[in-house]
Amino acid sequence: MQFPFLSIIVFTPMVAALVLLMIKPEQKKAIRVIALTAALLALTLSIWVYFAYDKTSAGYQFIEKYTWMPMLGISLHFGVDGLSVPLVLLTGIVMVTGVMISWGIDDRPREFFAFLFILASGVFGVFASLDLFMLFFFYEIAVFPMFLLIVIWGWIKTREYAAMKLTLYLFIGSVISMIGALVMFWSSGANTFDMLILETVKFTPDFQKIWFLPVFLGFAVLGGIFPFHNWSPDGHVAAPTAVSMFHAGVLMKLGAFAALRVGIMLLPVGAKFWAPLIMGLALVNIVYGAFIASVQTDFKYVIGFSSVSHMGLVMMGFATLKPEGLFGAGVQMFSHGIMTALFFAAVGMVYDRAHTRDIPKLGGMIKPLPLVGIGVIIGSLVSMGMPGFSGFVAEFPIFMGVWKTQWVVAVIAAISIVVTASYVLLVIRRVFFGKIPDEFEGHIIPINLLDKIALVMLMALMVGIGLFPALMVPWVQSGVQHVLILLGGV
Amino acid sequence: MDTILPILPEVLLLTLAMLVIVLDPFLKKGMNHRSFLGFFTVIGLLIIFTLSLFFVRPGDPILIFGGMVRFDWLGFLFKLFFVFAAAMTALFFMDTNKLNQRAEAYLLLLVATIGMCLMASSADLVMLYLSIETTSIPLYILAGFLTGDEKSIESGFKYLLFGAMTSAVLLYGFSLMYGFSGTTNLYDLGIHFIKFDSLAVGITFLLLAGLAFKVSLFPFHFWAPDVYEGAPTPVAGFLSTASKAAGFAVILRLLTAVFPAISANWSTILAVLATLTMTVGNLIALAQKNVKRLLAYSSIAHAGYAMIGVVAFSPLGTTSAIFYLVAYILTNLLAFGIVGIVGRVTGSDDVSAYNGLSRRNSTLSLAALVAFLSLAGMPPFGGFVAKFFVFSAAVQSGWIWLAVVGILNSIVGLYYYLNILKYIYLYRMENQDEEHNPVHISRPVGLALIILVTGVLFVGIVIAPWFSFASHAALNLF
Repeated sequence: MQFPFLSIIVFTPMVAALVLLMIKPEQKKAIRVIALTAALLALTLSIWVYFAYDKTSAGYQFIEKYTWMPMLGISLHFGVDGLSVPLVLLTGIVMVTGVMISWGIDDRPREFFAFLFILASGVFGVFASLDLFMLFFFYEIAVFPMFLLIVIWGWIKTREYAAMKLTLYLFIGSVISMIGALVMFWSSGANTFDMLILETVKFTPDFQKIWFLPVFLGFAVLGGIFPFHNWSPDGHVAAPTAVSMFHAGVLMKLGAFAALRVGIMLLPVGAKFWAPLIMGLALVNIVYGAFIASVQTDFKYVIGFSSVSHMGLVMMGFATLKPEGLFGAGVQMFSHGIMTALFFAAVGMVYDRAHTRDIPKLGGMIKPLPLVGIGVIIGSLVSMGMPGFSGFVAEFPIFMGVWKTQWVVAVIAAISIVVTASYVLLVIRRVFFGKIPDEFEGHIIPINLLDKIALVMLMALMVGIGLFPALMVPWVQSGVQHVLILLGGV
Repeated sequence: MDTILPILPEVLLLTLAMLVIVLDPFLKKGMNHRSFLGFFTVIGLLIIFTLSLFFVRPGDPILIFGGMVRFDWLGFLFKLFFVFAAAMTALFFMDTNKLNQRAEAYLLLLVATIGMCLMASSADLVMLYLSIETTSIPLYILAGFLTGDEKSIESGFKYLLFGAMTSAVLLYGFSLMYGFSGTTNLYDLGIHFIKFDSLAVGITFLLLAGLAFKVSLFPFHFWAPDVYEGAPTPVAGFLSTASKAAGFAVILRLLTAVFPAISANWSTILAVLATLTMTVGNLIALAQKNVKRLLAYSSIAHAGYAMIGVVAFSPLGTTSAIFYLVAYILTNLLAFGIVGIVGRVTGSDDVSAYNGLSRRNSTLSLAALVAFLSLAGMPPFGGFVAKFFVFSAAVQSGWIWLAVVGILNSIVGLYYYLNILKYIYLYRMENQDEEHNPVHISRPVGLALIILVTGVLFVGIVIAPWFSFASHAALNLF
């Protein structure tokens, strides 16, 4: 019996949340320290799992299986492959940086961190689960704290609307997928929710063609796929900083990942049948998202729509069903997660000081907030897919895969790179350079040490993976290998 | 001893009821008197619960007392539910003015519980009718117990009128069944109902009217919001959980014992009713501003969800319906308990009374979070697995459209449950002075809340044991 790394990673935040709820709400200092400790513990373990993962063999590792409900073949079944292990790491990183950046929250911090950690537990659970029932269990756990986090600590103007919209969208998506999963369960005849066994069941092609779309799209709602992306920019903007980081950085990957794992991996024939449609939708995401982002005047909406655009690239990578595309999508999930987490952290820091996110009203922020400025510049380079940064490692293979499938799509999608470059550079110039408006002169206090650590961590990762792709490539490749076997072609 | 054992819970309940009423005059009036009676009832009920759980476990189903009662897992399980619900309700009684001063309140509660226990296990039309009346009459009185309060009187009276009416209809159905078959035993009636002919149609509708009232299925749900709103909150909680579960026990038994041959016809009718019940309940709940009325409509909708399991008409379907009721009883008792506390402190059941609750008492708000999210069907609370199993059973039996309807409805439900949480967590009191207006929880209610929150989590996380209990009950029926 090996050490149960994954279940400890999954349940650490949950236990921490329960511990936090036992503490008296007045002891804010203790609450923050406990939160940070738990987050660091989860991060340390996920780093360990990442490096202990044997990338030479395709398939699942760190497998743990405990019987949960034998009558319906439900078990607590954890395991990671090369696609999910970077995402577990990502969640750990975003969790730690999120706690650091939320240090200053003064309104009911106990509840804030507790809800945030329940959310984190759900996210870890989805990435690590190999049981379909469990996947839904954790998926829903990841959805509902979002409502509370946005509605209580969010941006006062839109929080009620955005929180409800987000929760309903995601819930609708997940329950539609759930029907698909139940139909899969009963027609497989295997009487188990174990995805390793369901992978080997050959569903009839007709069945797969009918049920792939609801299952895939149900999850892809959380991945922000067009035309169901509408909740995401509103949700990003209304959420408090740490929650936006979680939301755009990790939660959207949750949708894409579950769509891959349940949709494509369990129903490969359906995936092949519907791939052109998914690719079309993803193309709309990419181009439309980029254009909408370029006309926003609210700093946070720019990032929100750019997330929609970038998640389109992930979906497009999936839709190629080719090694390059899938590989690129795998790296993009990680790279985009780190990048948006950084963007939202930066936006939050600027907003906390300037009390506005209106781009025309801002300017010259690089002087009082140099590190934030550098972070945003690096993030922008990543989002343009500049070589030397993690975005390149991700986007280039996606375009290669798309080119092999349908070159026209690749050409159209490439427009988005130009548009992205134009709007991110414009935003950087307007917010960080130029003359600082008089009202902010001398009023912008520098960021504190914890903020700095968080920013540097995120920046280092983006540059590190860009310069040393070997830190991530073999992992994702081993994961893609497994997907390709299921798709029937290597 | 062997013959008395199967009805041990009822015998003990009756003894307890007698003790409560006999002890009452000998107690000095005052504070201690109140809590003594309450705790006496609660401890008695918990002892009955434990004894039943360990010593009254049935083996193979047998008919006893001349076929009046069937000793099986369905009856056993539901008796546990009722005794548990009564214990929790008695704890809530202790915190409610007027109810806690009168031994009659506890007596009526116990008598209603005896009736329910018999409802769940009776195997004979006569016994069934008597037990339904034994349940209903004390509940009519309890609903109208606050004699100084016009709403409560109205509630009791309305409940009585509706109840008496449907009970007459039900009795007419029973008499037809007896008239055409010559037997009153449920397990002998089955051979007479093989075809869905005009007689069966007539009986079906008469029975439906009577039983749909009990579980508040559309179109017999109109009484629920009015009665719940006016009745003392703990009584409303008891009505919406135990009384409803008793109705389900009877429906499950009748369907499997008397009408298995024409189950397809029944199922179709029930599927339509379940759809309407869920939809109507949820849609009207959207517009409610009074939390008790909202919970009333939501509990109508929940009857619809549980009915999906009945419609599936398979061992898994019945199991999931019973499992659903377990989760629902725990959750709804919790929800009504919270409503009771807020109602006592603020004197209002309006949603705006919940403004700033999380700052006034954060623990109570967490309990409310658990209750409403579980009602909405979110993990890791009981509501999620319960819904999952119900939908799963529907899909298994080929009722995919019904599962889809249920899922669409649960989205509507999520909306209004989240809305209440918004009042609790986001909005502030008018004077923004929550710190000086804390909400205190009395000891008995606190105890009940702890038990219920733990229960809701337990049902949602440790699924297997409850599921196997429920499936025992289901297999005894098929």
